[in-house]
Amino acid sequence: MAFILDYNCVTPLGKNLSSTLTGVEQGHSGISNQEGFGRGSFFASVIPYSIDVLSGFTRLETMMIRALEEVIARNPIKDKSLLMVSTTKGNIEYLRGSQVTEKVYLYSLAKQLNSYFGFSSEPVIVSNACVSGVLAVSVAKRLIQSGIYDHIYIVAADEVTEFVVSGFSSFQAIDRVPCRPYDAERAGVTLGEAAAAVLMSKEKGEIWVAGDGSINDANHISGPSRTGEGLVRSIQSALNEAQVSAESIDFISAHGTATSYNDEMEAIAFDRLGMNTTPLNSLKGYFGHTLGASGLLEAIVSFESMKRGILYPSLGFENLGVSKEINVIRKKESKDIRRLLKTASGFGGSNTAVIFEKVD
Amino acid sequence: MTEIKMYIKHHCTIRDRSVYVNGQELFVSEESSFSDFSKSTYRHFGISYPKFFKMDNLSKLAFLAADLVLRDYGAEERENVALVFGNRSSSLDTDLTYQKTIDQEDQYYPSPAVFVYTLPNICLGEISIKYKLYTENSFFVFENFDPSFFKAYSETLKSTGKAKTVLCGWVELLEDRYDAFVYLVSDDGEICHSEENIKKIYQN
Repeated sequence: MAFILDYNCVTPLGKNLSSTLTGVEQGHSGISNQEGFGRGSFFASVIPYSIDVLSGFTRLETMMIRALEEVIARNPIKDKSLLMVSTTKGNIEYLRGSQVTEKVYLYSLAKQLNSYFGFSSEPVIVSNACVSGVLAVSVAKRLIQSGIYDHIYIVAADEVTEFVVSGFSSFQAIDRVPCRPYDAERAGVTLGEAAAAVLMSKEKGEIWVAGDGSINDANHISGPSRTGEGLVRSIQSALNEAQVSAESIDFISAHGTATSYNDEMEAIAFDRLGMNTTPLNSLKGYFGHTLGASGLLEAIVSFESMKRGILYPSLGFENLGVSKEINVIRKKESKDIRRLLKTASGFGGSNTAVIFEKVD
Repeated sequence: MTEIKMYIKHHCTIRDRSVYVNGQELFVSEESSFSDFSKSTYRHFGISYPKFFKMDNLSKLAFLAADLVLRDYGAEERENVALVFGNRSSSLDTDLTYQKTIDQEDQYYPSPAVFVYTLPNICLGEISIKYKLYTENSFFVFENFDPSFFKAYSETLKSTGKAKTVLCGWVELLEDRYDAFVYLVSDDGEICHSEENIKKIYQN
């Protein structure tokens, strides 16, 4: 069995987990109007305080170190420990012209962190589009199951860069106002940046990973399946492994990017599984879409939902704008959450679902 | 965890203008650029899949190697083939192409068709679409090909019932340097799925 032992994050809402959660509790959003990249203004969830960049490291690497160091301080590295990094674009800021420097290689970033913290085995990097953060949990759980590693420190991060802002703009996929997942007026994503860290272990903790699945749509590389096929199969795979029914899920921390197609696809998938009344949120309204960090960051905030027994509202949501009934959380409420489903979907037809359970 | 016995059933290596399938050299091209080499390989093996020409180079490389392993494998046998791929340079080859489209103020023409390929796992999507693989997919980045990780991870997928067989791939490409090694891990076969064997076939 693989347990969640500890976690932390660095987000626009706060420099660590507790300040981030205070922001979420108060309904704050990290999204603000940004000027930059010489292309007018746009909304993004950018870290508003200065990151004191460590000498010899990049800003992104420093964010990752800040997220992970608290976890390592509380849980020193033991034998059979591994560093796992989740990111989509890493230090892409350093890519200029036709120059490929060492910094832009994802393995180089991972090696920097690996030696900073003193891990002895080679780091593993998961780079699987927007599912990377949740997929890292699933991979870590499988590696712990296999017995090769006993403790896996996952750190996930991405930045708001000209590279991704221009790319999502070219798809006409950025809303002109802060994103509104599942809402009738939604018109695209808001990009964001954050770093999230989780320690998973074979040692017993309060929450464990009961099941997971990461199944491709086999349909289109940039658009989600219209039938939600890959997401449905990913959730079914996770439910089967956990040996529980869809009805037994207390809360879904969904992906909810606020693009028209993604949110519609998710609603179709949840409907196919009969999960229409299960409370669900997207945390993108608080943090924006933090790409390779998003799945892990949203899982962390949802672990706190489980521990505190509180469902957080899906910020930016007013009127249902998908074709199937889903239960989007409108206001903060108390609920005993024993079983959480975290999902994500992304380019390349990727989907991941992980079921987390409270340990009795 | 129970020990499971698995085999390397088929494998394909593409490097230095040559294509090897199950250890046999099946094609050598004269073309030095990857773009021309990939086209001549596509034609040589009589592949008919127009979407191929829309792919970026990393996807072309992964697609060709995967196709040469999976093509003789029946539809039934292809059921629940997980994809476990990785490389060194992620999608840097296409990242460079995309970066050039946003570098200059007067030549600012970001293209969604290029941007979508600035993620390494897109090649898994391409393979999944071709073979209708509604299966486990994951893309990893390492400094160098690490047979021990691929072995452990694919056997875990098998032993936990997440996959029936696993298509593993090391698909490295940056500009005109390319190196693909794709192999199918199965219940049956003749080559034992050991770290040494994976290494030996890769280095051959």
